[in-house]
Amino acid sequence: MAAAQPRTVRGRAAIYLLAIGFAAFSGFPFLWAALTMVRQDSDLYVTTHNPFVLAKPPTLGHVTDLLRNTPYLQFILNNIVIGLATVVITLALSLPAAYALARLSGRWGEKVGIAIFLTYLVPPTLLFLPLSRLITVIGLQDSIWSLVVVYPGFTIPLSTWLLMGFLRSIPRDIEEQAQVDGYSRLGAVVRTVFPLALPGIFTVVVFTFTLTMQDFIYALAFISSSSSMTVSVGVPTVLIRGDVFYWQSLMASAIIVAIPVALLYNVFLGRFIRGFTLGAVKG
Amino acid sequence: MTVAQRSAGEITMGPRRERYLLDRERLLGPALMAPAVVYLILVVGYPLVLAFLYAFSDVTTGSQSLHFVGFQTFVAAVKDPVFLTTLRNTFVFTAISQALVVILSTVLAFVLTANFHGRWFVRFLVLLPWTTPVALSAVIWLWMLDSIFSPFDWFAQLLGIVPPGGHIVFLGQSDLAMGSVIALQTWRILPLATVILMAGLSAIPAEVSDAAEVDGAGFWRRLFGITLPLLSPVMTVALLFGIVFTFTDMAAVFVLTGGGPGNATQVLASWAFYKGISGGNLAVGAADALIMFPVLLGLAVILLRIASRAEVS
Repeated sequence: MAAAQPRTVRGRAAIYLLAIGFAAFSGFPFLWAALTMVRQDSDLYVTTHNPFVLAKPPTLGHVTDLLRNTPYLQFILNNIVIGLATVVITLALSLPAAYALARLSGRWGEKVGIAIFLTYLVPPTLLFLPLSRLITVIGLQDSIWSLVVVYPGFTIPLSTWLLMGFLRSIPRDIEEQAQVDGYSRLGAVVRTVFPLALPGIFTVVVFTFTLTMQDFIYALAFISSSSSMTVSVGVPTVLIRGDVFYWQSLMASAIIVAIPVALLYNVFLGRFIRGFTLGAVKG
Repeated sequence: MTVAQRSAGEITMGPRRERYLLDRERLLGPALMAPAVVYLILVVGYPLVLAFLYAFSDVTTGSQSLHFVGFQTFVAAVKDPVFLTTLRNTFVFTAISQALVVILSTVLAFVLTANFHGRWFVRFLVLLPWTTPVALSAVIWLWMLDSIFSPFDWFAQLLGIVPPGGHIVFLGQSDLAMGSVIALQTWRILPLATVILMAGLSAIPAEVSDAAEVDGAGFWRRLFGITLPLLSPVMTVALLFGIVFTFTDMAAVFVLTGGGPGNATQVLASWAFYKGISGGNLAVGAADALIMFPVLLGLAVILLRIASRAEVS
């Protein structure tokens, strides 16, 4: 690890202080959301006492309300279906492309690689207007499949780029050897390279999935009926009625999504960073 | 890829029996890339061309026909009195939030690659803002910055910044509203930049810094003399990603302030959405969005320069 590791007491103290500071900065809104989530209605709009103390016993009523009386679980299901379908399309298209870029590309390949990467910089803000029209033309408006068609537009470039890095860190000799042993190139790749690239592929799956959850603009532009909505658009639509905000349920909806995904991310983060290190050390 | 790996690859690349059609590299390469390229042309390239066409036309969501009107739409978009405000806001929003992200993410990346108790939990907390869909985290902020029930009011009252019973109206005053939107964006992009920098940090061989320590260089000397310069290409990449995400982002503004008060926090992206989708004027919306394009193109060129420089070294 290249980070300058402070070995003095003062250095250690600084690390702890900074860690606490950043944890507070990043975590405070979630602490506030968690406190709000379990408040009774009569304890919500009160300004007279310390807001970090619950005046009434905590309740999970708003959480069960969210799960039972709103289409929240439907929104989550939509997110999962959209995310998984996008992951499948993304891997099916970017894995071969990444392999070609990592192993076969000559000068033209480099240019194509750059072009693929550049598409990642074309933001949804530029594309959502024409795309919303195209979606209507192909009859997918108001369907979750409109998002499945569009999302690979930003997940393919990123995953191609990441996979290319992972594939490059796998020594060429391994597949050459398999080819010498009589396998076709495809057979050699499937038997030797892909298993070794599996950690990289999992990383890409997690990244792709979270990216699809982040989208707001496409989901907002394409979908208008609540049965097809994703969490991002559905939750505000259902739980904000004009001036009435169902704050406890809104907070619960964010926390229920955020925590599992962050845990998953944290597990894969080390692998993601190690993957880079591995490539750098070997390469 | 290093020299060692590259040469190892080349040595074994001698003449090969091309028993299978797919073993022919000339065919295999394009065949493998074609599906991804075609897909991207359909869902990114083609709509991008259409966006240009729209911006030079008078198309609306209602009409199917498209008449070319030259630069008329751009002129109309730019002449809108709100336009200059949105342009200024977009630059302020991007510049301040990303300056903060660069500084904070560098410090944070160092913190998170050091060993300390509870690192796993701190990392989890730091990741949360990135893994929460932005629409939902913005709603948390909306409640956290509520004009009456914000917890910050309690702190402010405690510290005597506002009189007892007084409130800070975060989202109702131009400067505070802009500050709030910037804070939300900084908070949300920080994890992404930090992860990229952590990857960059872990790729710097420890020997370099260790050798300098043996030679007597202190912590700050090693930091500014060795580690940060080695990290700077990765920092630039993280910064450019952050800029692209922020310059074109509308979610933070859309949910937190809706562009208000007035249009004090309206940015190009949210303005394009209001005009194009809510207002039904596709042409003006597209023109508003396309005004970002030169900036993005410039950023792309910088990014490619850095990428190619990194490859040479």
